[in-house]
Amino acid sequence: MSLWYLILLPLAGAAAVFVGKSTLSKWIALGVSTIVFAISGVMAFQFAPVWGTPNTGLVSHTPWLNQMGITLGLGVDSVAMMLVLLTTLLTPLCVWGSFSAIKSRVKEYYAWLLILETAMIGVFAAQDIILFYVSFELTLVPMFFLIAIYGGKNRAHASIKFFIYTFTGSLFTLAGLIYVAWKFKESCSPDTWSFSILDLVTFASASDGLSPTEQGWILLALLAGFAVKIPVFPVHTWLPLAHTEAPTAGSVILAGVLLKLGTFGVYRFVLPMVPEAVVVYAPAIAVLAIIGILYAALICWVQDDVKKLVAYSSVSHLGFCVLGLIALNPIGLEGAVLYMINHGLSTGALFFLIGMMYERYHTRDMNTIGGLAKKMPVWSFFMVFFVLASVGLPGLNGFVSEFMCLLGTFVSSPDNEVWPGVLGPEYAAISAIGMVLAAMYLLIMVGKIVFGKLKEPDNHLAHASLPSDLSKREIGILVPLALLCLWIGVQPSVLTGAMQGSVEDVLSRYPEIVQLEQPTTIPQMEIKEDQHD
Amino acid sequence: MTDRLWFLIPEFILLAGAVVCAIGGLSNLAAIRRKVGFVACAFLAASCIAVPFVYDPTRVAESPALLPHVGGYVKFFAALTGILLVMTSGGLMDRKYEHAIASGKDTFDTLRSSAGEYHALLLLSITGVMLICEASDLIWLFLALELVSLPTYVMVAMSRWSKVGQEAAMKYFFLGAISAALMLYGFALLYGATGTFNLNEMAVVFAKQRFDGGIVMFGQIGLILALVGLCYKIAAAPMHLYAPDVYQGAASAVTAFLAFVPKTAGMLAIIILLSLVGWEGGLPKSIEMMLWVVAVLTMLLGNIGALLQTSTKRMLGYSSIAHSGYMLIGIIAGPPLGLIAVMVYLVIYGATNTAAFSTLASLSRDGKPVDSLQDISGLVKSSPAAATSFALSCGSLLGIPPLFGFWGKLMLFAVGVSAGQLPLVLIAAVSSAISAWYYLRLIGLALLSPLTPRSETVRVTLRWPMIAAILGAIIAIGGPIVLESLITDAKTAFVEPE
Repeated sequence: MSLWYLILLPLAGAAAVFVGKSTLSKWIALGVSTIVFAISGVMAFQFAPVWGTPNTGLVSHTPWLNQMGITLGLGVDSVAMMLVLLTTLLTPLCVWGSFSAIKSRVKEYYAWLLILETAMIGVFAAQDIILFYVSFELTLVPMFFLIAIYGGKNRAHASIKFFIYTFTGSLFTLAGLIYVAWKFKESCSPDTWSFSILDLVTFASASDGLSPTEQGWILLALLAGFAVKIPVFPVHTWLPLAHTEAPTAGSVILAGVLLKLGTFGVYRFVLPMVPEAVVVYAPAIAVLAIIGILYAALICWVQDDVKKLVAYSSVSHLGFCVLGLIALNPIGLEGAVLYMINHGLSTGALFFLIGMMYERYHTRDMNTIGGLAKKMPVWSFFMVFFVLASVGLPGLNGFVSEFMCLLGTFVSSPDNEVWPGVLGPEYAAISAIGMVLAAMYLLIMVGKIVFGKLKEPDNHLAHASLPSDLSKREIGILVPLALLCLWIGVQPSVLTGAMQGSVEDVLSRYPEIVQLEQPTTIPQMEIKEDQHD
Repeated sequence: MTDRLWFLIPEFILLAGAVVCAIGGLSNLAAIRRKVGFVACAFLAASCIAVPFVYDPTRVAESPALLPHVGGYVKFFAALTGILLVMTSGGLMDRKYEHAIASGKDTFDTLRSSAGEYHALLLLSITGVMLICEASDLIWLFLALELVSLPTYVMVAMSRWSKVGQEAAMKYFFLGAISAALMLYGFALLYGATGTFNLNEMAVVFAKQRFDGGIVMFGQIGLILALVGLCYKIAAAPMHLYAPDVYQGAASAVTAFLAFVPKTAGMLAIIILLSLVGWEGGLPKSIEMMLWVVAVLTMLLGNIGALLQTSTKRMLGYSSIAHSGYMLIGIIAGPPLGLIAVMVYLVIYGATNTAAFSTLASLSRDGKPVDSLQDISGLVKSSPAAATSFALSCGSLLGIPPLFGFWGKLMLFAVGVSAGQLPLVLIAAVSSAISAWYYLRLIGLALLSPLTPRSETVRVTLRWPMIAAILGAIIAIGGPIVLESLITDAKTAFVEPE
C-alpha cells in the first residue's frame, strides 16, 4: 500500500465535498478522513519491520520532472510515520469537532481541512526536497483561509500575518536547499540536478561536502523557515494571534501538526545536513529557546484569555522541544520527537476543550467565567486531565518528553563520553524554571475556570442549543486523545524504542564533530598521547 | 533567400490575418464586424499550427538568424498567448452598443467601435515579436522591435476615451520614442565598434575583441545604451516609470497585451544582444554589473511600489515590473539553463498575468471599467468564478506552490544559484516575500472581503474575457502537469538538437 493513498484520498475527498451537497459535506469529510486514518493504521502494521531501524519504509518513486531532477518520491522513517499517524488521527477528530461550530460556508471549510491533511502528510512523507517544500507551503493556503473566513474578530490581520511570516521564512529555506542541491550537482553529478533528500543529506553531511562557512549560512537559511514555524523566540509573534483567531479545528491542527513541521524540518534537514554548523550555533539556538520558554511562560501568567494562554504555552513548550533537538544525544532527540507527538495530543485537546466552552458561553475571558466544575463536570474532568498532561504530571505523556528533553540537555556536555554535546547542566537548570512556571500558569487557569464559585456570563443562554455539559460526540473526540496521553505516559518505551534507530542515525556523525570542534577536548587528547609514550 | 522566407511563414499568416481583420472591420454588415475577433483567433491558431512544420530541424540548420532555434518556441507560444489576449479583448463589438451610439444614448468609445483595426494592430504587434526571432542584423532587430511597439501606441490611444487614457497614450508614445532613440544610438555605436550590422559577423568580431583583451569601449557603451532602451520594453527600472500610468490608463484588455507582448519582445532582444558577446567566461563586467543593478532595482521598486497602490491595475502593473526583474536573473545566469528558465517563465507569466487582467476586463461597474481595489472587494459574492480565477492567477504570480508560477520562480532561483548569483536570488526571495503582501491583499479582497457600496454593482458583463480568465486559472493549476514538455520545448530553443 502506498503513501499516495494517504495523500490523494483527502484531496479526492475535498473534491467530493466541493461537488456534493453542503448538508452532506461534514459527513463526507468525516468519512474520508476516518478512512485515511484506518489506512494509515494498516500501514503502521505494514511498516512493522522498519520500526526501530534507521531505514525508510513504504518508499515509492515516481519520476516527474526529469530535466530538473525532481521526482515525486515518498517514504517515511519511524519518526515521520509517527507524525503521519498523529496527523491522520487529529484530522477526523477536527472534522468531528467542527460539526456544531461551523454553520456558514460549510463546504469550503471541510474541503480546506482535507486539503490541509494532504499537505501535512506530504511534508512528512516527502523524499524529495521540492515535494517537501511544495507541501510545506501548501499548508499555508488552507490555514490562511480557515483563519481568514472562520476566525474571530481580528481574523484578517491574523491570517495575513501568519501567511507572510511563514512564507517569507520559507523562501530563505528554499534558497538554502537549492544551494545545497547545486553544490551536490557541482561535485557529484555534473549533468543532472537531484533534489532527493537522501542524496543531498548524504552529500552535505559528508566531511568533504560543504565548508563550515557554507554550513553556517545554510543553517541560517533553513532556520529562517523552520524557526518561524516552530516558533522560536523572536519570530513567534504570529502564533498567538493566529491561534487566538483561528476556529477551534484550525487551532488544533495548528498546534497539533503545523508547529511540528518546523521541528520536523530541523530533524529532517538541519541536524543531518549541516552538523558542523549545528555544533557551533547550538548554544545560541538554545539561548533563544530558553528565552522563549521563560518569556512565553511569563506572558501566559498574565493572560485573561484562555485560548491566548494556551497559545503562548505552545511557544514555551516548543522551546523544550528545540532544546531536545539540539542536545545532540539520543535521549534529547527522542524526547523532542516524543514532545512533538505529546504536544499535539495534549495541546490539541486543550484547544478542543476551550472551543467547546466557547461554543457554550461565547467568551474565553477568565474574569467572566469560572467554577465550571459545577455546571460541566465531564468537561472539567477532561480539562484537568489535559492540563495535567500538559504540565507534566508523571504518569501522563507530557512528563516523559519534558523530562527526556531536559535530561538530554543536562547530559549534553562536551565531557560526555558516548554522546558529547555542546549544552550542559546550566541550560537544563534555567529552562527547568519554565516547567515550574508552566505548572503555575496552567494550574491558575484551571483554578479559575474549573474550580471556585460558578461564574457565567449573562447572555449565554442564548446559545443553549448544545447540552450544558459535553455531548457524546464531544466526549468521543476527547477520549481517544486522553487514552493516548495515558498510554504514552505509562509506556513511552514503545515509541522511544520505535524511533531509536532513526534518531541514532541522524546523530551518528555528531560525537566525532563535537570532539573536533571543542577546544576543551584537545588537552585531554594530548594527555592520552602522553600516556602512550 | 527562399530559406529565409520559409521561416517567416507564421509571420505571413498573421500579416494576412491583420489585413483581413482590418478590412473585415470596415464591412457594413454587423455580423462580419462582430466576427473579427474569431478571424484573428483563427489566424493565430493557423500560425501556431504552422510553427512545428516550419521549424523542421534540417531546415533550421540553414537559417542565417543569430539564434535560429528560438523561433520554434517563441512563435508557438506567442501565437497561443495571442489567442488568450484576443479573447481578453473579446466582446468589444455588439449590436446594442452600436444602436445606442447611433441614437445618442451612449458615448462614443473608439476601442469598441474599431474592432477591426484593433485586432489588426494586435496581430501586427505579435508579428513583430515573431520577427525578432529571425533577426540576423541590427536593422532587422530594430524594425521588428518597432513593429512590436508602434501598434501598441495606437492600441493604448484608442482604448479609452478619457483623459487618463489620453495621458497614458502620450506618455507611452513619447517615452517609447526616447527609448527607441537610445536603442538606435546604441546600435550605431555597436556598428562603430564592429564595422558590421550583421549579427553573426558582429558576434565573431566581439569574440575576437574579447580574446584580444576586451570589448572596445564603444561597443560596451553601445550595448549598455541598447539595453537601457530595451529596459523600456520590458518595463525594467530605471525605464519602468511609465508602466503604472499606462497600465492604469489603458483598457484592461490592452494592459494585458502591454504586459506580455512588448515584454517578450524586449526579453528576446536582450537575449539576442547578449548573445553577441556571449556568456562564456562571464558577461563583460560592465554589462553584468548593469544588469545586476537593473534586476535588483526592478524587483524591489516593482514590489514596493505595488504595496502602495489603491488601484488594482496599477498594483498589477507594478507587479509585472517586478516579474521582469525575476526574469533578468535568468538572463544574467545565461545559456542554456538561464535562458530556458526565462522562456518557461515568460509563458507561465503570460498565461497567469493575462488571466488576472482578463478578470478585470470582464467586469464592469454600471458600464464603467473596474479599477480601484474597492471595486473587487467581495467579488466572490457577485461572481464566484471571476473571484476564484482572479485569486488563482494572483496566487500563481506570487508563486504559491503547487501553482504554475511557483515552478517558474523555482527554475529562476535554481539557475540563479547555479550561476553563482546567490545574493541576487536572496534579493529575489526578499522581494517575493514583499510581493506576498499585496497579492494576498488582492486574493483577500476578491475572496474574503465583504461587498462595499462601490463593488455592489460590479458584474461580469463580458463573456469572452471571463472565459480567458478561467482558462488562465486552469493553466495556473494544471500547468505543472505539462511543465516537463514545456522545459523540453524551451531547451530546443537554445540547445542544438542532437
